[in-house]
Amino acid sequence: MPGWTLRGVIHARGLARTFRKKKQEVHAVAGVDLDVEAGEIVGFLGPNGAGKTTTLRMLTTLLVPTSGTATVAGCDLISDPVGVRRRIGYVSQNGSTAPEARAGEEVVDHARLYGISTAQATTRGKQLFRDLDLDGLWERQPKTMSGGQRRRLDIALGLVHVPGLVFLDEPTTGLDPQARANLWQHIRGLREERGTTVFLTTHYLDEADALCDRILVIDAGSIVASGTPDELKSDVGGDVLTVTVERAEQAGQVAALMAALPGAEAPQVTDTRVVGRAPHGGAALVALVRELDAAGVAVAGIESRRPSLDDVFLGLTGRSLREESAPARRAEQLETAR
Amino acid sequence: MTTTTSELATSNLARDTYTVFARAMRMSLRNPAWLVISLMQPVLYILLFGPLLEPLSGQLGAANAYQVFVPGILVQLGIFGALFVGFGLIAEYRAGVIESQRVTPASRTALLLGRVLRDVVVLLVQGTLLVLVAIPLGLRAPLLGVVATLVVIGLLGAAFASVSYALALTLKSEDAFAPLLNAVVLPVLLLSGILLPMTLAPGWLQAVSDVNPLKHVVEGTRSLFDGDYSSGTVWWGLGLTVAMGVAGWWFGVRRFRQESS
Repeated sequence: MPGWTLRGVIHARGLARTFRKKKQEVHAVAGVDLDVEAGEIVGFLGPNGAGKTTTLRMLTTLLVPTSGTATVAGCDLISDPVGVRRRIGYVSQNGSTAPEARAGEEVVDHARLYGISTAQATTRGKQLFRDLDLDGLWERQPKTMSGGQRRRLDIALGLVHVPGLVFLDEPTTGLDPQARANLWQHIRGLREERGTTVFLTTHYLDEADALCDRILVIDAGSIVASGTPDELKSDVGGDVLTVTVERAEQAGQVAALMAALPGAEAPQVTDTRVVGRAPHGGAALVALVRELDAAGVAVAGIESRRPSLDDVFLGLTGRSLREESAPARRAEQLETAR
Repeated sequence: MTTTTSELATSNLARDTYTVFARAMRMSLRNPAWLVISLMQPVLYILLFGPLLEPLSGQLGAANAYQVFVPGILVQLGIFGALFVGFGLIAEYRAGVIESQRVTPASRTALLLGRVLRDVVVLLVQGTLLVLVAIPLGLRAPLLGVVATLVVIGLLGAAFASVSYALALTLKSEDAFAPLLNAVVLPVLLLSGILLPMTLAPGWLQAVSDVNPLKHVVEGTRSLFDGDYSSGTVWWGLGLTVAMGVAGWWFGVRRFRQESS
């Protein structure tokens, strides 16, 4: 524990992993620096194939980095992987229990591999089942459980040895909206009730936004931005201001006033709508309202909107995270790069 | 300090091996189809194939056919039963079980050893059952020879189960694993004299089968069933079994210690 506070729970420098595929070197992760402090919920955001899972598998000792150094939970990743394993929990996106086993036995057996006695493992496991809304499912086979229940069972396995740091790989992929919201609640609870540090990967913007204190944006194997969701959105270049006027001939006047706001970008005019961007949207909105009023412009509607994380991602990488063909595009880029 | 660390490592290896073994065994026993099939197989071999050999006993140079046939079937059980255990590992891998065990501090060797022990225990139960069923049908063999043969079978089974797990962990797909096994199993089976002794074969076929270590293992166990403990065939068979055991175990442990990307 004491070592953590000095250098953070995760301290990685230049972590890289190269795969060889058909005699071609593929840089899945090309030198990642990252720091996570105790008690943070940090989200690793990026499209499929960006290197999220590879980074996570390196930090959890499942993959040996090609180069770079890291301290995870106070232990050196390269020289003391067993020490790292003792102190972390890992919930893979592929599940962690045999479909025909019994849920409770899987939790106890998993705890036994950490050297925890059967009695203690049973007590802790049953407490986790209560905390994670899995009451009454101790004897159930995972194959008969719902997707959300199975994911919570995976989390119970990842927590049974009470790790201070938990890695969650795409925790809500494939869950329905209700199960996702429910799981978010449990993930927040990990930090609030147990002080657990959570490092999760996701390609869902709303998840990163709703859950994480801090977001690391990864694209093509490198971290391209880091900050709180609000910081990242502020970096985009301000909030989105929209003014709708009653008479189209006044739109030009509105555009001129909007462009005159401090730090504003040139607004776009479409008929009666003027859309622009300015930092500190709230303050800009108040100033704009005064100016519009003084100029006698008849306003039908006015609003300031925070940019979404998709605007952030678009600004950083030049493409939208919502594009469904993200992995295919990356593959194309790899092809053309050769 | 060094002794404490190594003692700790040993006790962890034993504890982790037992945890993995107990889990694997429990899951096997809970699968009724698996239980029935694995117990019926040796019985069916004895009941449905043994009688075919009885008229041939004179030609085989043995007092009764079962003395020749039972050791062969035992070796077959040891090799081919064990070679197929990798399929279970592929299923576990897909369910994420292997990876979730690999992020624990458990010894990598224990993850393999626990599973192999389960397979050896199953094999010895099947083998014992097979011998017991053959007795009322006319098998006569010295107890020491039978026990020694079961030890050989256990060793062989451990070797081939390790290889099977290592290959399964490398291929990670039934579609790749099944053809590989089929390609290996049939020639090895036919050239081992398991079903009929190679002494019945023409000279060229005997020569080819001589390079198959399993042929010598089968002949060694037949000598054991004959009560002939000092002959060269016994020692050849035993030596080759130990060699295959060491090689198979080395291969398996090496694969389990590597990262499984």
